[in-house]
Amino acid sequence: MNSAIRRLAVAAIILMLALMANSTYLQAFRADELNGRNDNRRVRDAQFSVNRGPILIGSTPIAQSKPSKDRFEYQRSYQLGPEYAPVTGYYSYLYGRSGIELNQNSQLNGSDPSLAFRRVVDVITNRRQQGASVGLTLNAKAQLAAYRGLAGKKGAVVAIEPKTGKILALVSRPSYNPNELASHDLEKTGAAWKKLNADKNKPLTNRAIKELYPPGSTFKLVTAAAALSSGRYTPETKVRSPAVLELPQTTVGLPNQNGRNCGGSDNATLTVALRESCNSAFGSVGLDLGAEALREQAEKFGFGERQLPDLGAVASRFPADPNAPQVAQSAIGQFDVQATPLQMAMVAAGIANGGDVMKPYLVQTVRTADLKTISETKPESLHQAVSSEVATQLTQMMVDVVENGTGRPARINGVQVAGKTGTAQTAPDRPPFAWFTSFAPANDPQVAVAVMIEDANVPRTDIAGGTLAAPIAKDVMEAVMGR
Amino acid sequence: MSIAPTSTIQIIPRSRRGVELMLLVIATAVSVAAYVSIGLAVQGNVPASTGYYAAGIGLLALIAHLALRYRAPYADPVILPCAVLLNGLGVAMIHRVDLGLKAAAEAAGREPRGPAAPQQITWTAVGIILFLVVILVVRDHRRLQALTYTAGLAGLVLLVLPLVPGLGVDINGARIWIRALGMSFQPGEFAKLCLVVFFAGYLVVKRDVLTLAGHRFLGLDLPRARDLGPILIAWGVSLGVLIFEKDLGSSLLFFGLFLFLLYVATERAGWLIIGGLLFAGGAYVASQLFGHVQKRVADWLNPFNEVGGQVANGLFGQAWGGVLGRGLGQGRPELLQFYAQSDFIISSFGEELGLTGLIAIILIYTLIVERGLRTALGCRDVFGKLLATGLAMSFALQVFVIVGGVTGLIPLTGLATPFMALGGTSLVANWAIIALLLRISDQARRPQTPAAPVSDDTIAMAVQKQ
Repeated sequence: MNSAIRRLAVAAIILMLALMANSTYLQAFRADELNGRNDNRRVRDAQFSVNRGPILIGSTPIAQSKPSKDRFEYQRSYQLGPEYAPVTGYYSYLYGRSGIELNQNSQLNGSDPSLAFRRVVDVITNRRQQGASVGLTLNAKAQLAAYRGLAGKKGAVVAIEPKTGKILALVSRPSYNPNELASHDLEKTGAAWKKLNADKNKPLTNRAIKELYPPGSTFKLVTAAAALSSGRYTPETKVRSPAVLELPQTTVGLPNQNGRNCGGSDNATLTVALRESCNSAFGSVGLDLGAEALREQAEKFGFGERQLPDLGAVASRFPADPNAPQVAQSAIGQFDVQATPLQMAMVAAGIANGGDVMKPYLVQTVRTADLKTISETKPESLHQAVSSEVATQLTQMMVDVVENGTGRPARINGVQVAGKTGTAQTAPDRPPFAWFTSFAPANDPQVAVAVMIEDANVPRTDIAGGTLAAPIAKDVMEAVMGR
Repeated sequence: MSIAPTSTIQIIPRSRRGVELMLLVIATAVSVAAYVSIGLAVQGNVPASTGYYAAGIGLLALIAHLALRYRAPYADPVILPCAVLLNGLGVAMIHRVDLGLKAAAEAAGREPRGPAAPQQITWTAVGIILFLVVILVVRDHRRLQALTYTAGLAGLVLLVLPLVPGLGVDINGARIWIRALGMSFQPGEFAKLCLVVFFAGYLVVKRDVLTLAGHRFLGLDLPRARDLGPILIAWGVSLGVLIFEKDLGSSLLFFGLFLFLLYVATERAGWLIIGGLLFAGGAYVASQLFGHVQKRVADWLNPFNEVGGQVANGLFGQAWGGVLGRGLGQGRPELLQFYAQSDFIISSFGEELGLTGLIAIILIYTLIVERGLRTALGCRDVFGKLLATGLAMSFALQVFVIVGGVTGLIPLTGLATPFMALGGTSLVANWAIIALLLRISDQARRPQTPAAPVSDDTIAMAVQKQ
């Protein structure tokens, strides 16, 4: 019997070892995965009790944690909540995080490996863990101008510093108040969440970087860039520009917006074509260059890549395999060309910066609570989209647009502004998108901006990029230039 | 002093009661330290009740120790301190969860439930009384053999008691509780004890026929078909528990114990294989037929599917504890409501003491099991061997099933964590089991020549059986 008992003793030890091995797997190896889950209340509660670092514009917080007397020790609060909501995102107990709150979470709550030393010091000196602060590149005046400009409208504005790629303004309206979602009164946040999601104007949508729209005529900048870069065109090259461009393989034509030919000529120059935003002219240029040339040029401006991974932006796109009429439509930013306002701001910024498109960024610095810099973003070139000669030519053409063409509402006294309007048609039953993209001053650009208006509650006939979007771009550019 | 010359080497058995006393002091000290640490972490001071708690645990341990000195001086010195330590830590954790639940209730503006820790101390006292009764009344475990069939009958009655209408109550889908005289009992805990006595007694008589008759097949000694009766009965009873009481854990426990004892009695692995196949078949059929089994398995495979599920919550707690734990009083075990004191007390420990603490606790259980099996090895009579094996393995199986369930190793079943989980019946029954184990170990470790006179009928019985 004893040998059987001994075997049972071994079996019992094996059972216990299995328990220990499984617990080791669970608590030592799987712990990180489990602690990272969104439905893990312990971690959520603990994080809600951490003194989360602020999100700063300069030295002004737009999001910060204040001591709280309820079951969590700190309450996240957002100064100017709706204005900055597309950037900060929200920090909610029930609905997780978004925006910078999501993408810089480990820095803000202090758990990032780069803060490990700081944490050890805090433990030794018996201080409460405090998260790092995240300083943004935004320009408060530009942000405000953009936010005000979009009041009562559905749309987005993105402004970029062309030399560096710093995002100066990023606004999407209608917006929401992140304070409502960050409240410790969970019933209230639940009600707010339901209301925001049921809202047909979709305030939670980030129109500046996470939605794609047909860029319309603003895409003609890309087509013009491709044409000039091909070496077969100069700004004075005459192109076919009838009232309606006949398209191959089809019976429909590509008409100009005003139903006339281009500036009184069936063979306008490229400069005039851009000034008058002639569809037929750019359609014929597109047919001449072909889809590949257009796509390559678009990709050099950043199409097909995700920018601002910090905020989870989506990639803009040029259609995969268009046939000839589709190429002509794509050349004027229709058919299936899809871009974010950020992307169109990058096009303007690239031209402004001598053809060098800088990688856009939003997080300037990360600092510990005692202001020690942990990381600082350095400007980085994304692509040389066009040569500096072509950039100069495009700039002159864009200045002409603002001074003599469709972009007149963006003129600023004493400053040369370069710009391009756009009015993108979508479905017949919904208003077209009004676009404007520009930069200033033309000779030494400080700011490039793209404005997209999805719906402005005005009669359909009044919608044009020049009249609706250009004034907003003007205000934003003036704000950056301190005028 | 001069040393007397001796011609023969004489082995002087040592009682080791002094070692036991020292270990008991340590076990009490650790428990009290845990209690104080919880007070410091949660309330910021050494709790005023520390004295009562320390006196309670210490006094109960001392009484048990004195009883052993008096009536079982050769009993194993490690088992009692292990049990006291587990019991003491369990009360401390129950107290800790009491505090957590109270704070949560107050934060939510609800009236807090009364604390459970004092109840558990009361039940510990009852358990120690039963311990004394067993040590003082059962002077020789072999007397229990005479109660073989009585114990079997009692075990069956206790087992079906929760099914009696008006007496049994459903808790969390399992019907393993009875409510009488204003209190709740889990008769299965005592049924386990009775059935081990029955299995041991029965197998002492039948082991020859079960061992010798049979034929070889594929290198295995298989029993005769008609000898399969007992195993089929045990299988049927355990399936009945599974089906009618919806209690997977007890079902596994009863059947497993019977199988282990059968194996020890006959030393034939064939029984284990037949039993294993029967168990696997039963479990498979049950998982196909019964929703509650399916749900357990589904929760085990995908613990996070159910929103706010217990298993997921327990796993989160342990993950939050990590390797070193949040520290006593600094986790959030109360998120599991009162399960943090009962079924999931192990995950509460995993959260606050971490992997380190959990492994220490599992090792203490292992120590009890292995000391119990060591007692079985040293025991001189077959009944005692089987009884000690059964009692020790009941611990091993129960710990494996509940800890494995809580940590996600196997599907969760509702067994109590011995000595730690909140619950009177379980605690009292476990103290009786420990007393019996100590009683047998006293017999096993005692000098060959009886140190105490053994009554005539015991010797007669022993002779008759051998």
